[in-house]
Amino acid sequence: MSATHTISDAHDHHHGPAKGLTRWLYTTNHKDIGSLYLWFSFTMFLLGGAFALVIRAELFQPGLQFIEPAFFNQMTTMHGLIMVFGAVMPAFVGLANWLIPLMIGAPDMALPRMNNWSFWLLPFAFTIMVSTMFMEGGGPNFGWTFYAPLSTTYAPPSTTFFIFAVHVMGASSIMGSINVIATILNMRAPGMTFMKMPLFVWTWLITAYLLIAVMPVLAGVVTMMLFDIHFGTSFFNAAGGGDPVLFQHLFWFFGHPEVYIMILPAFGIVSAIIPTFARKRLFGYDSMVYATASIAFLSFIVWAHHMFTVGMPLAGQLFFMYATMLIAVPTGVKVFNWVATMFRGAMTFETPMLFAIAFVVLFTMGGFTGVMLAITPADFQYHDTYFVVAHFHYVLVPGAVFSIMAAAYYWLPKWTGYMYDETLGKLHFWLSFIGVNLLFFPQHFLGLAGMPRRIPDYALQFANFNWISSVGGFLFGFSQLILLFVVIKCIRGGKKATDQVWEGAQGLEWTVPSPAPYHTFETPPDPKLIHAQ
Amino acid sequence: MLSKAKLWLSLALSTLLFWSAGLHAAWDLNMPRGVTQMSRDTYDLHMTIFWWCVAIGVVVFGAMFWSIINHRKSKGVQPATFHESTKVEIIWTIIPFLILIAMAIPATRVLTAAYDASESELDVQIIGYQWRWEYRYMRENMDEEEVSFFSVLSTSREEINNGIEKGENYLLEVDRPLVIPTETKVRFLMTSADVIHAWWVPDFAIKKDTIPGFINETWVIVEEPGIYRGQCAELCGMEHGFMPIEVHALAPADYQAWYAEQQAGIRQVRELAAAEMSMEDAMAQGETIYNRNCVACHQPGGVGMPPVFPALAGSVKATGDVAVTMDTLVNGVPGTAMAAYGRQLNPIELASIITYVRNSFGNNTGDVVQPADVNAYIEGGQ
Repeated sequence: MSATHTISDAHDHHHGPAKGLTRWLYTTNHKDIGSLYLWFSFTMFLLGGAFALVIRAELFQPGLQFIEPAFFNQMTTMHGLIMVFGAVMPAFVGLANWLIPLMIGAPDMALPRMNNWSFWLLPFAFTIMVSTMFMEGGGPNFGWTFYAPLSTTYAPPSTTFFIFAVHVMGASSIMGSINVIATILNMRAPGMTFMKMPLFVWTWLITAYLLIAVMPVLAGVVTMMLFDIHFGTSFFNAAGGGDPVLFQHLFWFFGHPEVYIMILPAFGIVSAIIPTFARKRLFGYDSMVYATASIAFLSFIVWAHHMFTVGMPLAGQLFFMYATMLIAVPTGVKVFNWVATMFRGAMTFETPMLFAIAFVVLFTMGGFTGVMLAITPADFQYHDTYFVVAHFHYVLVPGAVFSIMAAAYYWLPKWTGYMYDETLGKLHFWLSFIGVNLLFFPQHFLGLAGMPRRIPDYALQFANFNWISSVGGFLFGFSQLILLFVVIKCIRGGKKATDQVWEGAQGLEWTVPSPAPYHTFETPPDPKLIHAQ
Repeated sequence: MLSKAKLWLSLALSTLLFWSAGLHAAWDLNMPRGVTQMSRDTYDLHMTIFWWCVAIGVVVFGAMFWSIINHRKSKGVQPATFHESTKVEIIWTIIPFLILIAMAIPATRVLTAAYDASESELDVQIIGYQWRWEYRYMRENMDEEEVSFFSVLSTSREEINNGIEKGENYLLEVDRPLVIPTETKVRFLMTSADVIHAWWVPDFAIKKDTIPGFINETWVIVEEPGIYRGQCAELCGMEHGFMPIEVHALAPADYQAWYAEQQAGIRQVRELAAAEMSMEDAMAQGETIYNRNCVACHQPGGVGMPPVFPALAGSVKATGDVAVTMDTLVNGVPGTAMAAYGRQLNPIELASIITYVRNSFGNNTGDVVQPADVNAYIEGGQ
């Protein structure tokens, strides 16, 4: 910290971090806000994970053991909502805050006060949402997809609070994305042309546009729910001339791009880590950018593949099947490029690289099941079973979440100034890797054998794989405490990190000291430091 | 380390438990091939795309692990410097595209066939309710009695709550299964009375949402007589996990016999409903019906789960004017999970459940409601 003060004092008289709690409440510093987002995300990850363990405990054996079906439904709903909106999305926003200004050579985010506000909305939104569980009638119990009319006419009274919480989260997301776009478009250092931007910056730019496009749709659909519940409208009520399927179209028009919102920044992270530890430039940078843009475009025209069983016309089914299958092409290009980057590199396998490699393998497995799910007639069998649960957890846990962990290990020395404990990091990786596969791989079998999702109890032929899955769940869950320990240990000290940290690391963030001073790039970096990726 | 020790302990314990209890220990890995042309086509599509994925996986992960083994710094290799090749990018864009076209063609064919519900020989309406199914057979001529009935989970609460050993078809058994003839094109017309459900029988490769205000159609030609089981697939509230589907496919002649039996049964109930019921009969039958239809929400002892599911013990509606009790049961409470049972249960069943509710859980009205009263109420324009 003393080094930080010396540097800032030389430039300015008052711009060190403030002391105490007000530092965090009033901060407009992108690094502070990034850290706030990341800690918030980790807290939500543990809370959502605890809910998941309640689910896995109940499903350990057939029969009702610990909780009632009504509470089970609240657990599945809250687990989904918290993981999507509380854990994965804020983690990426936190990484964006920390890294985008450092990567493009900007002094801070373009709109620092709005940045503060978009973070501080979140704790309030989630307090409201979690508090619904203590209200009369319980919290949301209709799944994170909250299909009407289960979520309107038949919903518990607390749904109104849930709607308000979603509005607040949406406002936070939209402000965060405006900030990312404004920063990337306006604050790149001289010489940082678009096609020299690190892929993390590119993927976030595209993600931010997706967010701005679809968050208002989510806000619209929950507002329609609010009107159906309180103001006598019948948007989704068939008895009043409304259309329950309309809800699903609107929800998935938001929901499918949302899926890519949670994975595109992960592509960016992996595209940074693999070249570093392969000591070789990323293969096919241009095609990576175009593939990301194609995936983002396609994400807007595939939403109804979540709804193959609602009874769409044949032409609709065929269109959404073909469009969905197309996504495999740009996604395949990305995977091939990562493999080509590793090919004939000189690889080492530190913790971030292990997580990145696991990402490539396991995310691709989620991609394979994604292509299978696109085949409409086969989807009639897979839809709403554990096969789908396995599919999206493979994409989101060893996909998005592993990339976030990879990022945490990769940039932690830059954030704290110390190297993390590599042995513990690797232990964390291997336990997580084994746990996550024990947890989710058997769910493919469960789904194919006919187990529907979102049920608190199941027929006896599903017993074996369910207990394996539960054992994996507890292993994975408790392994995350190692990550917490490693991060705290790294903040408190350790081997001093160099400025570059990793032998093969490229990019502007590695040219500033470790830990990164409170203010960086107050003057633009030397254009000679900016290389093609 | 404690968590690890616990893990091994739980592994060992659960292994022991599952082998010693002699449970129906299935390790089903794959989708059933099923008993219809549609289900076999679906299975073939599933296996084709699966093997494509395996093949691509072997190539891609093979290349990756080969690099991981051979191109590591500890082996003293120097990294290459190549970082782009338009030719390679085009190749690995086009090859997946061609594979996808190869998959899309059979998928389109199967899907198109699935949509042809024309020329059905029997139409059955399937209506989803929280949390049961109604099956209604479309009559060929209006002189026939309309065969329609509700199909409710028959697994006992004791099994679910681990009070007694679970039966072989735990959670996949119902009181009255859907009966259809084999070798006959049966069309299902699906809708819902409340929230969205999904009717799914894996052996038929049919999964279709039942949506309030919409009628979805699908069809099946079952080739093998047998019992086929499925479950509701769309989250539909608290008891979503407890509304199974059981289909009995009978040879056409057996089906005709069954259908005739149903006709006779309906006439018989109509006659019985005219007879007087004793308190004991009503209470005994009422308890059975309560445990099948009501207990999920109103709970054992009628305590309910306020505020969503009100208590029956001491409730004004259950103990006050009998017409109010009857109205609540027959017409349901719109906008809540309380369904209209007027059509779900026959007058004898309705009368006994009303008597039961009014004389149980500490309620003590002492009156015995007769099937004739219920009939009069329903026919009197309610």
